[in-house]
Amino acid sequence: MSTVTAPPAPSRLGSALGSFVKARETGILLALVLIVVVTTAKNPNFLFSNDGFRDLLLTPSILLLVAVGQAIVIITRNVDLSVGSVLGLTAYLTGRLFIDIPGIPIIVVFFAGLVFGGLLGLINGALVAFAKVPALVITLGTLYAYRGINVLWTGSDRINASDMPKPFLGLGTQSILFIPVLTLIAVVVLIAAGWYMRTQRGGRELYAIGSDPDAANLYGLSVTRRVLVAFVVSGALAGLAGVLYAARYGTVNSQAGSGFELEAVGAAVIGGVAIFGGSGTVWGAAIGAYLLFTINRALPILGVQDFWQRAVVGVLIIGAIVLDRLLARRQSRKLVEARD
Amino acid sequence: MTDLISGGTATPRVYKDYSRPLWQRILLTREGAVYAALVLVIVVASLSVRNFGSPITMTYLLLDVTPILLIALPMTLVIITGEIDLSVASVVGLSSVVLGTLHQGGMPIEAAAAAALVAGAVAGAFNGFLITIVGLPSLAVTIGTLALYRGLAVGLLGTTAVTDFTEFWTDLAKSKIGGTAVPTVMVLFVLLLVVFAIVLHFTPFGRGVFAIGLSSEAARFSGVHVERTKFILFVLTGTVSALAGIYYTLRFGSARGDNATGLELSVIAAVLLGGVSIFGGRGALHGVIAGVLLIGVLGSALRLANVTSDVINIITGVLLVASVVSTSVLNWVRAKRTRPGEPRKTA
Amino acid sequence: MTTTASTPGAPALELREISKAFGAVVALSDASLALERGSIHALVGENGAGKSTIVKIIAGLYQRDTGDFRLDGQSVDFTSTAQSKAAGIAVIYQEPTLFPDLSVTENIFMGRQPTLSLGRIDRRLMREQALGLFARLGVRIDPDRPTQGLSIADQQIIEIAKAISLDATVLVMDEPTAALSGVEVDRLFQVARSLRDEGRALLFISHRFDEVFDLCDTVTVMRDGQYIDTSAIADTTVDEIVRRMVGRDVTTLFPKEEAVIGAEVLRVEGLTEAGVFHDVSFSVRSGEIVALAGLVGAGRSEIARAVFGVDPYSAGSVTVGGARVPKRSPAAAMRLGLALVPEDRRKQGLVLESSVSRNTTMAIRRSLTRFGLLFSPAENRAAREWASRLEVKASALDTEVGTLSGGNQQKVVLAKWLATNPRVLIVDEPTRGIDVGTKAEVHRLLSRLAGQGMAILMISSELPEVLGMADRVIVVHEGRITAEIDRADATAESVMFAATHQEVVA
Repeated sequence: MSTVTAPPAPSRLGSALGSFVKARETGILLALVLIVVVTTAKNPNFLFSNDGFRDLLLTPSILLLVAVGQAIVIITRNVDLSVGSVLGLTAYLTGRLFIDIPGIPIIVVFFAGLVFGGLLGLINGALVAFAKVPALVITLGTLYAYRGINVLWTGSDRINASDMPKPFLGLGTQSILFIPVLTLIAVVVLIAAGWYMRTQRGGRELYAIGSDPDAANLYGLSVTRRVLVAFVVSGALAGLAGVLYAARYGTVNSQAGSGFELEAVGAAVIGGVAIFGGSGTVWGAAIGAYLLFTINRALPILGVQDFWQRAVVGVLIIGAIVLDRLLARRQSRKLVEARD
Repeated sequence: MTDLISGGTATPRVYKDYSRPLWQRILLTREGAVYAALVLVIVVASLSVRNFGSPITMTYLLLDVTPILLIALPMTLVIITGEIDLSVASVVGLSSVVLGTLHQGGMPIEAAAAAALVAGAVAGAFNGFLITIVGLPSLAVTIGTLALYRGLAVGLLGTTAVTDFTEFWTDLAKSKIGGTAVPTVMVLFVLLLVVFAIVLHFTPFGRGVFAIGLSSEAARFSGVHVERTKFILFVLTGTVSALAGIYYTLRFGSARGDNATGLELSVIAAVLLGGVSIFGGRGALHGVIAGVLLIGVLGSALRLANVTSDVINIITGVLLVASVVSTSVLNWVRAKRTRPGEPRKTA
Repeated sequence: MTTTASTPGAPALELREISKAFGAVVALSDASLALERGSIHALVGENGAGKSTIVKIIAGLYQRDTGDFRLDGQSVDFTSTAQSKAAGIAVIYQEPTLFPDLSVTENIFMGRQPTLSLGRIDRRLMREQALGLFARLGVRIDPDRPTQGLSIADQQIIEIAKAISLDATVLVMDEPTAALSGVEVDRLFQVARSLRDEGRALLFISHRFDEVFDLCDTVTVMRDGQYIDTSAIADTTVDEIVRRMVGRDVTTLFPKEEAVIGAEVLRVEGLTEAGVFHDVSFSVRSGEIVALAGLVGAGRSEIARAVFGVDPYSAGSVTVGGARVPKRSPAAAMRLGLALVPEDRRKQGLVLESSVSRNTTMAIRRSLTRFGLLFSPAENRAAREWASRLEVKASALDTEVGTLSGGNQQKVVLAKWLATNPRVLIVDEPTRGIDVGTKAEVHRLLSRLAGQGMAILMISSELPEVLGMADRVIVVHEGRITAEIDRADATAESVMFAATHQEVVA
């Protein structure tokens, strides 16, 4: 017989605690803490110097934004390879806005970055959702196209720090209560995204669509609309990241953001987002982004030349998906045994 | 010949070989469209861009495009089986570094090149292992190995480059056949092209490749070694990428960890433009060659016309999207003609 | 759920003279059905009678070409599944479609979760409601676990829970018992009866007459896309229904020739795979047709796939003509003379988007090479020969097999395997989804092949086919062989008894 007795409703705290401990997110959070501890032990400046602490919190926040957007897209069983190019375009747009419209309020620039990125994401989303073309190829194409537009627009120019208003650049370095402003922005976005994905119907439908697209159609879920929105969000977040990039670095050339897409996918995968969709959280992707960055910073201190960074990233990604696969196999075996 | 159902010696039924006339079979295909586009671009470029028709242009075009041509061969087969390999450019870099480091360490160049090829094969085998034996999705795996192999390449060599290759070899890489404008390396390419084309279109193995792409389950039920075939294809991809890496290194006389970064996108774009369906199961090598040449010719012509390479990228991106959208439309039309078994979705 | 202005006394759901065609194929012509509230109505018919097309029209997946579709007397026209759901129709398919990564509770309420302020999903209320539904159904399923790994029976219960939570007035169950064990079937029937007593209308589609007579109060028969008859269960018998389904005398359908039965060719010994089949042993001799009978889900296809090498097995052996067949290698099995015509023609037997020529020659492609190379003329020649011999109706060899009729598709699969000149032919549901005329052709073919000395293992869920064709009937129940019955002793009762019980004294 195949039914399982419904367990007595466990103390909610108990079950919440239990699933917290077993969660992937906890695992990588621990890994992150571990690396920070070990590296700081070797060189206290890693964490405790003014710059060290701030940099650890600040720089990865840009990747965090992109990774969160990427996670949302991957959860629907798609992928967005164009985010790096979107970031680059909006970073340049940010500079141009400040140069061409002197005195433009900073908040307007933030807004413009969001909207512009969202529009670029809308193009992706429309092609994927309506034309039913695989996201991999579409976003490969827009990766090319958007980067090309970026280079064309930039010409031989470059945005320099001196082109942008001091308050804006200040955002890139200031902190509130020891936490950099940019990090706060990213964390606010993360909390909003995490909340939406967990508590809103739309968020749960995104998971459903990635878990079984055919069933989602049969259920009558508005798949097209949700997928479209997922890509718009991914684009918008990449756009916002572009604005943050300009604030952080001050200098923007036509290659800004190159390679970010793969790092974002890597962060999401390491953070437990299954590449086939349907599971994982934006929290995991965010921790994954921090983990990737921190490892890169930690390696030289731990004695590994930073040339090996990329290799380490590769090993992490492969390790993450192999781990996922083994865990999934073990879980399905257990579920089947429990039922027999 | 006995009719198995009625038992008598029935007159054999008449079946036409083809349901469409020859001209339709040649022109109304994806490959036909790419050829048409290629011819169009060549004609327009020859007429409007100065120096386009010159032999030097063609030579440099071919020299530039050779790595893409080479890697597109096994990549076509991989995509036809429904998989993908994003790590090819990193293997190019890795093999370049292996070649450079070993040669600098004293190994004769022939041996170093052989070692580089082996490195490529091993890289491909690792991909194949993770995909066919562990059962992981190829997109995720090759994103990981893209980082891993590139990381190994950069890690081994750092930011330096190995540049002391004998002139004999670097000249050979850039040389031309006799008095023509055709580079010598084209001989190598054409050889490989013939081999791959024969394997894909004229052998049982090749039929198996197509079957896997259209329905790997049905292929398995018919005795096709699905995992073994895919594994072999990934090893081939790694090896040919290494070969491209050797050429790339010798042509520019420089082994660097970041050689050919981003090349995988050009290869995949060319393959898809050449009529290979991203869904798997369909495509032809001659179309892929036309696709590579299309991108190459466009780029070359635009460069000569003093258009910047970014516009070329834009055009490549748009072309890629357009070609895949048209594939999707073709699939949709085809699905409507198939007997029901699938609900025609009204939602 | 109330419909606006329902006509009192009208059936909950009514179809009148519905027709539906797909291109040149007419799936339904003149189909009718009337479902009353508080009743369980059976819909029976052979494969291809049009039952699944009707279900899809009711569900809103297809739109009818002509005819009337009324709910509570009001005419309706659904263009999406969401619309039919909103109107109170729930369909439970044979293969439930749930979201494997999400919890049971989320699956039930997806898209309609109860919410608190700010649109937040009220998980506690949702969980309580789910538990409430399960209590009402008298089942116990953990609402928090992911649906991945649940048995088909449990998944169906979840689908029913979904339907109840939608307050569906019409429930359609499409072959729900196909994959269920006896106890699970009882549970399902209990649930169905309680739903009926609540005043809902149930449509029960099944091949199993004992279940139809056990559960339902009315039965509608369809044949070849047309409505034949409706009667109260109390007023009719199985024989009458079968006669109406088939439209002719059953016996003339299966022309089994006499064949000389020779030496043992296939021997399966102690085949075991945990949770799927256990200690399966049987043999097939040259010239013999051995039927593997049993309920759907008994494990017969799994046994066949294991024998052929597509699926693994953990213990036991398979030999053909004394030579051991290696595990897990269809290619090796083929070399030793095995052939398998699989259960799922479209996904396993054919490469749908490939041509008649390629499909027909797929298994013999190595033998058609010259110097290792394969050319189309050679393929076409072989394809022409075999397609001819099986009277495949197609206009050209490069026609995509996906566009052929079910019967012709099956012939292509048969041609593919017969071209390998096998010693043992395993056919899994040889005539499922095929029109009557081709069915007879396939039976004649199998009979002739046996007469020529081939050993044939036939898996079939259609009793008349089993009884008509087989020299011996081996019955499988939940992965174990429960009986081996000779042709002379094989009756519908003896076979069905063995198919539904654990241990049988032969």
